[in-house]
Amino acid sequence: MRTFETAQAPHRPPARSLRSVMLLVCAALLPGTLVQAVMLGSGVIVQVLLCTTFALLVEAVMLRLRGQPLSRFLFDGSALVTAWLFALCIPPLAPWWIAATGMLAAIGMAKQAFGGLGRNPFNPAMVGYVLVLLCWPLEVSRWGATPGDWVPGVVDSVRAVITGAFPGGWDAVTGATPLTVEHELMARGMTLPEIQADARITGSPHPASWSALAFALGGLALCALRVVDWRTPLSVIGGIVLLATPPWILDGDLNASPLHHLLSGGLVLAAFFIASDPVSGAGTARGRWLFGFGFAALVLVFRAWGPHPDGIAFAILLMNGLAPLIDRYTAPRRFGQGR
Amino acid sequence: MAGARFSGGAAIEPSPLAVEDRPLARLPAPSRVYVPMLQHQGTPARPCVGVGQRVARGERIGVALDEYSADVHASCSGVVRVIAARECGHPSGRAVTCIGIDCDGGDDFVTLPPLPGWRQLDRFELAARLQAAGIVGLGGAAFPAAAKLATASLDTHTLIVNGAESDPCAGSDAAVMRLRGDDVVAGAVMLGHVLSARRVVIAVNAALMPALSALHRARAANGDATDIEVVELPAHYPQGSERQLVYTVASESLGADELPRDRGVLVFNVATAAAAWRAVAHGEALVSRVVTVAGRGVREPCTLEVPLGTPIADLVAAAGGYAEDARRLVAGGAMAGPSLPHDDIPVAKGTYNVLVLSSAELQLDAVDMPCIRCGECARVCPSRLLPQSIVADIRGGDTATAIERGLDDCIECGLCDTVCPSHIPLLHWLRHGIGEATIAASERALADRSRMAHHARNARLAMLAEERSRRLAERERAALANRGPAAPSAAAMPDVLAAALAKARAGLRSDNDNGPSGS
Ligand code: SF4
Ligand code: SF4
Repeated sequence: MRTFETAQAPHRPPARSLRSVMLLVCAALLPGTLVQAVMLGSGVIVQVLLCTTFALLVEAVMLRLRGQPLSRFLFDGSALVTAWLFALCIPPLAPWWIAATGMLAAIGMAKQAFGGLGRNPFNPAMVGYVLVLLCWPLEVSRWGATPGDWVPGVVDSVRAVITGAFPGGWDAVTGATPLTVEHELMARGMTLPEIQADARITGSPHPASWSALAFALGGLALCALRVVDWRTPLSVIGGIVLLATPPWILDGDLNASPLHHLLSGGLVLAAFFIASDPVSGAGTARGRWLFGFGFAALVLVFRAWGPHPDGIAFAILLMNGLAPLIDRYTAPRRFGQGR
Repeated sequence: MAGARFSGGAAIEPSPLAVEDRPLARLPAPSRVYVPMLQHQGTPARPCVGVGQRVARGERIGVALDEYSADVHASCSGVVRVIAARECGHPSGRAVTCIGIDCDGGDDFVTLPPLPGWRQLDRFELAARLQAAGIVGLGGAAFPAAAKLATASLDTHTLIVNGAESDPCAGSDAAVMRLRGDDVVAGAVMLGHVLSARRVVIAVNAALMPALSALHRARAANGDATDIEVVELPAHYPQGSERQLVYTVASESLGADELPRDRGVLVFNVATAAAAWRAVAHGEALVSRVVTVAGRGVREPCTLEVPLGTPIADLVAAAGGYAEDARRLVAGGAMAGPSLPHDDIPVAKGTYNVLVLSSAELQLDAVDMPCIRCGECARVCPSRLLPQSIVADIRGGDTATAIERGLDDCIECGLCDTVCPSHIPLLHWLRHGIGEATIAASERALADRSRMAHHARNARLAMLAEERSRRLAERERAALANRGPAAPSAAAMPDVLAAALAKARAGLRSDNDNGPSGS
């Protein structure tokens, strides 16, 4: 007679683990990140590394404080994803304390203080970003390079990040994204064609649109691998197209085209990587449609009337707050209760 | 493909054992079999032989005690050596009375008289034969076939013979269809005829090519089978589950508390149909069954025909023995079968599969992480539940909310568990919750009963009290009446007088109010 250890069914090989899901997300972020690094300088990579370091540090300290096993949680990959997303939201030459504060808010407050992995009602990266945006509005909007500019190298980037001072010959004042310039000028009552003529916007497409395409590529791969539910990006993009087209057709001088909306700011990144965060988003299939659509609507509202050039982070946090409610009203109809 | 596709589920390749076309190996009777008296759902059979008695293969050794039971027969010829309780792989670990027979290798097979006139049988007569032949559901659930037949709807419009074989590691139904296709078809014809079903469907996993062609051949060869449909089902788990099967074939969505018979449908497994046919046409009792021995934990996975009561260890030996890396022994499918503590457990009527898994096929060192609400579990759930929320409720001890969210609808298919990236043992928790809910329900029933008893007692006491006071009042009235007209009835008196009288009486009462009997 041979004895065996008993265990609960199902007796199947393990599913793709949490860590591999997180690493897949990072892999999908890579192309967009590299494009951004080529366009804006190696500061992009420096920020990713810096944020990751701070994130792991904060995570380790908080896990210790909460009496949680480090071995189980520290390298689950979730802190890496948060850090990476945050790093992509801040300017490549932002001083180090931005990354530090952001990670403290994201990992320490938004995630661990709420009970750690899986318990955070709000997207940690966005909480971190909103916090630094409120604390250092200037530093967080100095994006530096515009097309044709000189792109800082590794040494310059590291020095700038450590000292908080921009490298010599760098005109920080012009370092605004087209979206910022646009927002500013439109607030002054200028029409879009006039704005297009502005020196800071003319020329080749802004790096944001190239990296948007690269992020979309990675995002589509995640959808194909079913790491991301395709409903979320589709409803965000569909929502933008649906809501931004009528005003644009009515008056193209005052309202940007849907394509312009999609390619500017971090919209694609948000659609594939941030709105799709399962923990803080809606959990049901129908709920995800609502979540994405609501997010798109809020982004347009913030862009049109908000005080900041881009309202993605605020829109995400608002929708995060609504997610439990959405889930409650979109529970699927059970088998045998009609389709 | 037949009908509508159910939502959720997952495409699963059938086991190679189910697809390949190999002859069936017949396992000879071991030196001793232990035949359990409970190999089915319902009431155990009662042994009807004594120790030392010689029995022939096919002879009845256990008698069904009620209609939710089935007779049990000797699976080999020999001498009864022991009648005692043994562990039989029941998930609760409970022991079952078994009859141990020392086999003598004789191949006499006692049969019941064949019933060539089966066309004239009604469903109860057929049920009686199936019970006497010990036929139970061979797809794993082991529900007595007689009980299923006897409780079928009088208007059974569709009979489904289930050859979905959707567990990724099972293959015995495929072997029965492949090698006993004519018995399956004849069984379907017979059951359909006796139930007067308008539609008889043999539903088969489309990936099982040899089984399908065997059934088509058998159908063409059987003159009575012209109306039988052989339909292909998607190779999709859990297509073999009753609700999903009935939905796909008959487009009926059963609610959590419904059985197929409530919608005029009846489902029999293919092997059950074949066994039912043999019991009627040849009078053969159920004394052996087809079992697949699968998994990378055995050297040569195979499909065997095995006498009931053979220890599982013998099956593994016939499959080339354990591989070095054998880590887990399972009776049944990989998705939901119980894992066994050892291999000295007899094969029963419901044992369609013996699975020996190597560590590569298991999640042995997977750590259970918090739920990230990715929704994968909900995506695959065939009952369209939100397993993550239900399990969260169960873990928090809130079974009531879990039930509100549809715990009763969970068919325990285990799919949610296999896709969870956080490796949460969802099926374990779901079963835990179902157990709690069952306990709660029976406690509630008990409480209801005692509350009802309590109410009844109160009502009885109240009745008695009323009765007594009525009698007292009567006696009083009688006493007053005896005193004659001096004490006229209250109704006849003027109000003032009545009040004065009452006052006087009250005074009288309080005067001698020393004892309990004031009046
Ligand atoms: S699959 Fe696992 S992690 Fe994902 S929602 Fe379900 S329980 Fe949570
Ligand atoms: S085990 Fe239950 S909850 Fe899980 S997928 Fe199957 S039916 Fe759904």
